[in-house]
Amino acid sequence: MSTYSLSDGLASGAPRLSRTPLLANWARESGVGVLASIAWIAFGLSCLWWEDVGDWSRTHSLGIAAFVIAAIALFGTVGADYLGSAGRALRKRAPWLVALGAFLTLWEVATAKFAWLPLPFFPPPQSIIEVYTDDLPKLLDSVFASVKLQLGGYLIGVTVGFLTGVSIGWSRAVGYWVHPVLRFIGPLPATAWLPIAFFTFPSSWSASTFLIALATGFPVTVLTWSGVASVSNAYYDVARTLGAKPSFLVLKVAIPAALPHVFVGLFMGLGSSFAVLVVAEMIGVKAGLGWYLQWAQGWAAYANMYAALIVMSLLCSGAITLLFAIRDRLLVWQKGTVKW
Amino acid sequence: MVTAALAEAVTHPAAGAALDIEQVSHAFDIDGTELPVLSDVSISVEPGEFVALLGPSGCGKSTLLRLVAGLDKPRAGRLREDESRIRSPHPSRVVVFQDPTLFPWRSVWDNVALGLEAQGILKSQRHRVDDALDLVGLASFRNAYPHQLSGGMAQRVALARALVNDPKILILDEPLGKLDSLTRITMQAELVSLWQRKGFTTLLVTHDAEEALVLANRVIVFSDRPARVKADIRVDRPYPRHRGDPYLADLRRQILGLLGLDATW
Ligand SMILES: Nc1ncnc2c1ncn2[C@@H]1O[C@H](COP(=O)(O)OP(=O)(O)OP(=O)(O)O)[C@@H](O)[C@H]1O
Ligand SMILES: [Mg+2]
Repeated sequence: MSTYSLSDGLASGAPRLSRTPLLANWARESGVGVLASIAWIAFGLSCLWWEDVGDWSRTHSLGIAAFVIAAIALFGTVGADYLGSAGRALRKRAPWLVALGAFLTLWEVATAKFAWLPLPFFPPPQSIIEVYTDDLPKLLDSVFASVKLQLGGYLIGVTVGFLTGVSIGWSRAVGYWVHPVLRFIGPLPATAWLPIAFFTFPSSWSASTFLIALATGFPVTVLTWSGVASVSNAYYDVARTLGAKPSFLVLKVAIPAALPHVFVGLFMGLGSSFAVLVVAEMIGVKAGLGWYLQWAQGWAAYANMYAALIVMSLLCSGAITLLFAIRDRLLVWQKGTVKW
Repeated sequence: MVTAALAEAVTHPAAGAALDIEQVSHAFDIDGTELPVLSDVSISVEPGEFVALLGPSGCGKSTLLRLVAGLDKPRAGRLREDESRIRSPHPSRVVVFQDPTLFPWRSVWDNVALGLEAQGILKSQRHRVDDALDLVGLASFRNAYPHQLSGGMAQRVALARALVNDPKILILDEPLGKLDSLTRITMQAELVSLWQRKGFTTLLVTHDAEEALVLANRVIVFSDRPARVKADIRVDRPYPRHRGDPYLADLRRQILGLLGLDATW
């Protein structure tokens, strides 16, 4: 083996020279991974090195988990070439892993170890982990309730808003009657209806569904309408000379042409419906993440609040991501769409 | 009744229809003032004729084509296709507009399929879409979207979208305007051979006197706005025609003279 490697090195001087930039390249690409690993080791050490100032049960496990993540970061980035797309994805996110590790270390030290931040209001990471392990059933129930309420209200709002928008955009008669109502009622924030809704509807659940649908419906209606109204007449002319009937003009010309506008409405509706969801849950519905937040605040359980907040942001972000994915599928024909 | 006529158009591909434009006048209201665009235009087109319409820009050629298509109604006068009044659009008269106006949300294939789909006969007639795409040489772009096409390619897709319907009257509004001169000459030859094979009546608006003379049986020259028929010239020459033909060159000089260009020619 050693004799071979000697002759090898002598015979092929050129490849050996080119290996140095290759090595530098490798160091650069894996260097961030090593840094990420160091950051997470630091986090692990910060958990285990000092005594906690309070009484938290998950400190030890969190430290171990940090070391595991450090190991994954190290081997994952160093050996990324053998791990296919997972390795590549990890390498791309390595700078974020560094930042995250550093942030967690700082957070851990500032709260659990030296209490630089006032304690009940700024819980350490391990107490949030504790919420996820010990209060999981209640949290899951809340997630389920929120998703159910949001989904029902949103879908109703989208359906009604879309149909209304298309009708106003298409038919002058419908526009005559609906437009003033829309102008009068639409800009009202849906939460303003809250007191009325909660005593006119049979249950707080149906009241909240109505409010979410309302918050969703307005932007969807307006943007669908403006989308349909702005479809170029040239498209209708083409379709009509080719023998299109009115139903074809609506379904195959007006709606597809208006779809980019409709999606703007869907995004706006999603945003405003989240706001209504949380408020409705805090005030009326005795379930869901909004209610959980309220409840946690009542008990001064700040760790539970942060835990719920994190879950909530994951859910909202997930919903937006899903909507983007649907849009990208339906609007492949558009050029230059924004990547979420 | 409409469906019967449709079925007929499909099974016996179009011998062309006659077109009668009788004393048609038209005007637009722009900010309350009336803008006369067509003034007492009468043209009678035989079935299967190829008529080219020439005239200065903005004189009202596209407007006349919209009336023939049935998209607008004339202020005065009548239009008839084979003795029946033209009141609304019908797929027996298909228009290729000045802009290709492809539907950006549909692939090339789906754009060409538009007419058959609108008439509810796409399922049984899918091959016609493929044939039309072959004809304009864009079979390999069937899955592309309009924004991925060049201007000339888009124009060819628009042509295919019209031809797939086997129209009795084909209405062309400068369909070759955006093509480069080579593609243009090829497409002109295609158009003539297609017209000879299928026998549809053709109405072609063009700016190009030479194009009109190479393609048409008859060249109609319009005046400035409001458009009146200034001259109706028969072109009795067999196809394929040659651009250098002295007879055509003579007619061309005559036409350019009518359009006010005698000094240079
Ligand atoms: N929808 C409309 N509303 C008002 N005026 C119009 C409308 N369409 C066309 N016009 C006017 O009618 C006149 C004739 O237009 P048209 O499009 O028929 O011209 P054209 O002969 O096709 O010109 P070009 O050769 O440039 O295409 C123009 O002056 C135009 O301003
Ligand atoms: Mg025109």
